[in-house]
Amino acid sequence: MRHTPLHDLHERLGAKMVEFGGWHMPVQYGPILDEARCVRERVGLFDLSHMGRLRFTGADRVTALDRIVTSFVGRIPTNAIRYGLLCQEDGNPLDDVLVYKGEEDVFMVVNAANHDRDLAWLREQCAGMEVTIEDQTDELAMLALQGQGSQATLQACVEGLDLSTVGYYKSGFGTLCGLPGVRVSRTGYTGEDGFELYFPSGEAERVWEELTRAGADHGLQPIGLGARDTLRLEAGMPLYGHEIDEEHNPIEAGLAFGVSFHEDKGDWIGRSALEAIKAAPTRKLVGLVTEGKRAPRQGYPVVHGDEVVGQVCSGAVSPTLNKNIGTAYVPVALAEAGTIVEMDLRGKRQACTVTDLPFYSRTR
Amino acid sequence: MRPDDRRYASSHEWAKQDGDTILVGITDFAIEELCNGNVDDLVYCDLPEAGRTVDAGETFGEIESVKAVSDLLSPVAGEIVEVNQVIEAHLEAMAQDPWGKGWMIRIKPTSTDLSHLMDAAGYEEHIATPH
Repeated sequence: MRHTPLHDLHERLGAKMVEFGGWHMPVQYGPILDEARCVRERVGLFDLSHMGRLRFTGADRVTALDRIVTSFVGRIPTNAIRYGLLCQEDGNPLDDVLVYKGEEDVFMVVNAANHDRDLAWLREQCAGMEVTIEDQTDELAMLALQGQGSQATLQACVEGLDLSTVGYYKSGFGTLCGLPGVRVSRTGYTGEDGFELYFPSGEAERVWEELTRAGADHGLQPIGLGARDTLRLEAGMPLYGHEIDEEHNPIEAGLAFGVSFHEDKGDWIGRSALEAIKAAPTRKLVGLVTEGKRAPRQGYPVVHGDEVVGQVCSGAVSPTLNKNIGTAYVPVALAEAGTIVEMDLRGKRQACTVTDLPFYSRTR
Repeated sequence: MRPDDRRYASSHEWAKQDGDTILVGITDFAIEELCNGNVDDLVYCDLPEAGRTVDAGETFGEIESVKAVSDLLSPVAGEIVEVNQVIEAHLEAMAQDPWGKGWMIRIKPTSTDLSHLMDAAGYEEHIATPH
């Protein structure tokens, strides 16, 4: 298993460590529900150094990526960020990614579990073009600050960049804890305001500790992957391997905002398949809310009458809604909010109400 | 040291002879793995109806924490003759006293031989081994 530069620090903090995407990661430092509440109400600090980080340079980088990524890379303004997917010809994704458009490069954040496959796919698709792909996963650490105290916490450690000028899904470069030229973006995976930071991995412990000190007055706590999963699910954000995979396309997953069918984007891998699905979708990703004791869990059959109509993708105990929630694909005819379905718990049934996603949306 | 008046399965259930029946529960280690010292992280425990027969190693129920669901495996074969009704509503009782009040099911076994299970020392060694 791989270790992030903060691995030993997590163990010193008493985190429960688990395998995730090939990495030994903190799933929780304390109770998961408390960590989720801390991000909703205050501010949390996450080690995301397991995520893959790739840098694209070379004259053809934008043209090449517009054939590979579903978002319209050519139209992303400099220093803006877009969500997109790496699809195959059948429209099903190999991964979902964030694309950072720089003046001289494109920076991409990919899922840890898919990193090796993504890199091989990207190199194959860029073959023969003037594109250099640099894997920066080891040289850069990645941290996130999420929650309403994020900006105040981070600004105390950043010079040369006024964070209030960095808009949602925008990035800038500043001096973080004395480190010049650090990429800072207003992005995240929790549904709260917050930032993601990329800086040399040798400085990870020092930066973590300085951010922890700066956030103390704002109630900052370290947050593990357990609460991160709960928070992203409440915010209706997909997780590869759950809501999307090689059998579940972004259109039916409700991710059309990350898929560009713009004429000027030209042809791209998966375009025609996804156009056909968009014209005639058969199923839809919906939210499930249940008053019952059991939380939905990945793989539980979803039943309507006597018929199995779908399967749970993700589930969690939601501290924000104070209910058990999940996501599932159901036929379009059952996707209307308010429809009652059941999940099958080895023969026992528990009623769930279909709801629109997201479950939680921050009031801005 | 855990109680040596019972035997242990590698999946963290214990089996204790009580007359001609076997009491079955889960260990403190299993509970700690599920909830990390925070009893509120335990969500639900699904136990069977009395009268069901189970094989050794067969799933007889499930226990759910905030993040995961774990199967409960019967350490012995036999008929489930009694189910601890307290647990469903009071998971904390099980967490506080896994060896006593926290028993889950009582089995009338096809054999009272528990030699296929570990003794307390063997179980200590089992959980000390990285897994």
